[in-house]
Amino acid sequence: MKQTFAIGIGGAAGQGVATPGDIFAKIFSRRGLHLNAYNAYQSIIRGGHTLLTIRTGPESVTNMGDRIDLLIPLNQDTMDRHLKLLTAGAACIYNSDTIKPGSAAGGVQLCPLPVSELVDITRNKVAQNTLAIGAGLHMMGIGFQALEEVLREQFKKKGEAMVAENIGVARAGYDYAAAHFTAFPNPLAKTEHRYAILSGNVAMAMGGAAAGVKFYCAYPMSPSTGVLHWMAAHARKAGIMVRQVEDEIGVINMTIGAAHAGVRAMCATSGGGFALMSEGLGMSAMIETPVVVINCQRAGPSTGVPTKTEQGDLWQMLGAAFGDYPRVIAAPLDIGDCFKLIPEIFNIADRFQCPGLVLCDLLLSEGRLSVHPKDLDFSPPIDRGELITSSNGNGAQSAVATNGAYKRYKITDSGISPRAVPGVPGYIHTVATDEHMEDGILISDEFTNPIKRRAMMDKRMRKVTGIEAAVPPPTLSGPRDADVTLIGWGSTSGVIEESCEILNEQGISASQLQIRWLVPLHGEAILDILSGSRHTIIVENNYSGQFARYLRSETSFVPDGHIRKYDGEPFMPHHIVEAVKEQLAGKIKLSVPMHEIMV
Amino acid sequence: MATGVQRASQLTMADMKGRVDPDWCPGCGDFGVLAAVQKALVEMQIPNHNVVTISGIGCSSNFPGYMNTYGMHTLHGRALAVATGLKLANHDLTVLVTGGDGDGFGIGGNHFVHSMRRNVDLLYIVMDNQIYGLTTGQTSPTSRVGMKTKSMPFGNIEAPVNPISLALAAGATFVARGYSGEQKHLTELIKQGIEHPGFSFLDVFSPCVTYNHDNTYQWFRPRVKKLEDDSAHDPTNWMAAMEKSLLWGEEIPIGKFFERTDVPTLHGAEPVLNDGPLVRLDPRVPPAVARSFIEELI
Repeated sequence: MKQTFAIGIGGAAGQGVATPGDIFAKIFSRRGLHLNAYNAYQSIIRGGHTLLTIRTGPESVTNMGDRIDLLIPLNQDTMDRHLKLLTAGAACIYNSDTIKPGSAAGGVQLCPLPVSELVDITRNKVAQNTLAIGAGLHMMGIGFQALEEVLREQFKKKGEAMVAENIGVARAGYDYAAAHFTAFPNPLAKTEHRYAILSGNVAMAMGGAAAGVKFYCAYPMSPSTGVLHWMAAHARKAGIMVRQVEDEIGVINMTIGAAHAGVRAMCATSGGGFALMSEGLGMSAMIETPVVVINCQRAGPSTGVPTKTEQGDLWQMLGAAFGDYPRVIAAPLDIGDCFKLIPEIFNIADRFQCPGLVLCDLLLSEGRLSVHPKDLDFSPPIDRGELITSSNGNGAQSAVATNGAYKRYKITDSGISPRAVPGVPGYIHTVATDEHMEDGILISDEFTNPIKRRAMMDKRMRKVTGIEAAVPPPTLSGPRDADVTLIGWGSTSGVIEESCEILNEQGISASQLQIRWLVPLHGEAILDILSGSRHTIIVENNYSGQFARYLRSETSFVPDGHIRKYDGEPFMPHHIVEAVKEQLAGKIKLSVPMHEIMV
Repeated sequence: MATGVQRASQLTMADMKGRVDPDWCPGCGDFGVLAAVQKALVEMQIPNHNVVTISGIGCSSNFPGYMNTYGMHTLHGRALAVATGLKLANHDLTVLVTGGDGDGFGIGGNHFVHSMRRNVDLLYIVMDNQIYGLTTGQTSPTSRVGMKTKSMPFGNIEAPVNPISLALAAGATFVARGYSGEQKHLTELIKQGIEHPGFSFLDVFSPCVTYNHDNTYQWFRPRVKKLEDDSAHDPTNWMAAMEKSLLWGEEIPIGKFFERTDVPTLHGAEPVLNDGPLVRLDPRVPPAVARSFIEELI
């Protein structure tokens, strides 16, 4: 079992849960530790209840895990909700002036801080938070200097007096813990690594910048808004035009307009905004102008649960826009992959002149992960495909460019027609959302022509073969003949991986087939892998088994069982482990684990 | 649109003609608009590969196909959004957006309002026939109250939108109205609209001879009065323009209602474009900048 340590910090929105979270995260990452953070919250600016879980350790931490080692409740509500989650060896640090503990399980250390005795709370309203950080760090065996450094950076802008005061408060908590609380038996490890800590949204935005995106626009929608925020804040340094648009219909159309002019253009939204974009996606495919659209899924349908995660939009992505057209859909496997995937999917979209769809979700978009800086590669391969530009595209050539030779939709074996951008002399053409001929002339209004319509459909759809060859098939982790093969897609990668490790430790051999490219799916390769499996279970974060249904529609494959969750919260490893054991025992074929943490 | 205007030599009307002939009904007002646009481009001698004509959907929206410029035939109501993206990616291009009243004021109403307040540098020509033509004659956002159509056989009970007042209120920096039956006047307005730095809105009465039997050439001819003939009209006076926009009845003003040139264009206000159009920027983030982005996260 991996050595990890998890902290839960809970309180009302606006009570300052984020700051201690950031401070712990910084201290862990500077010790060379990995971390994974997940914030369970509601759509409220002040009030409600949030619980931030930060799990750290010397090896990669792929999910929030099963256990909280240290709980810091900032209010009574958090104490009442979560103290019962703690098991032997865990501790709870709380302000004993305002919060009363309930009954804790055996072996749980209650650590009351008499806040008003230790600091002047009239001067510092968040003193309880800073005291708790100090106390917690002592118990984890981390030297005070690490905290002092971070506090100095945190409060630097507010002046030396503020820095000194906060360091003083933190020190009081640190010393109080030394005198009154029992430290955790294993001090937190330290390594020589340095990791970047980032959210999936930041990763996708940076991935866009690395891919050469020059135009990004969006309408704010949780949980995708973080992409817009990073883009807006870094636009001038990165040379990216960033616009906030009136609605998602405007977003997709503006993105297509920019892409048509010849730049890489991207946008992000969530399920509701994506629904508004679907007609535009059809245009992207029809006029063969490539764009990349990110959908950060949240729990639906309709407005749904805006701050909760789900993998419920797969069929929306598969069916977005009417008619048949080539598209690619990929689901990043973790936050590092959120970065890496963007340049990859742009290359595919550009080469095949079709929309590229990224199916992310709140878990990755708003979660945080430690990523090695070398995995944030700002020089990935950039393949713009068959693009006709001109370094002097707007030059003052006297030649009158005539209509004629250039065929924007030239029928080719690959289905790819060289794409000229506006402004290039000699390539004048009109692109059309109506069905058209090779030269772009409409075959819909004045006349129709079944032969030409069919030829153009065949041309576009021939690109599918090329796309399949350009995207690698999925691979199996673990033995083909394991006791159980868990099949997942996208963001469940980490939690399934850890579930397999736990199962293996418990004597049940487990393998994992995680799908990253949903379209093209490579059904035959999947069937080949699964033909050696002894017991297959599909794990996904939705009600109806959207991927299971998709896999069956593409391959006729039917798994032995399903594990699903649609309560808005992500899977924890024990949910999967326990469900696998029940299913292997032949008790049930569909497990829907209950989320024990009430957030 | 001064930045996008570049002169070439000896462009003629023949050079502006697209590969197909218009499929409009004989007598359609849109013929006059097409001719005026082509004439304006010839008179301005803008190289046609530097012009992009973008349309939505409707009778008027095959317009790009009848032009010998780069063209985009987009989705119903979305031409302005597409045009905004295109202009921001390459602001050296001269962008013409063409559409109808249903396309622009109905399904595309949201983009219409926001494009104007953004002052996107393009000319938006609406061929306003006060009816849905391509769908065979339904009420449009500019149909008069009482007008009988297939969708409102007992007469329209909804007040029409006033495109000129709306454009003024939304912050358009060039607002004009033309009439397809006044070729020379219309051509002049188109030229001014292309030259104007910012969003130029040109609403053109373009009679539908098939479905609109109320607003015909015969109806318009005695009513339209050129603002240019009114020596008291000051197109820099927004309030006066607003008042003029409300005139409707025996006398309907056409011409330039309003123009101001002191508002920065959207692309002009964005420092990212200081080094030139996006299409010509290096797609790679400079290594030092990339390093700084990563350092922020450590």
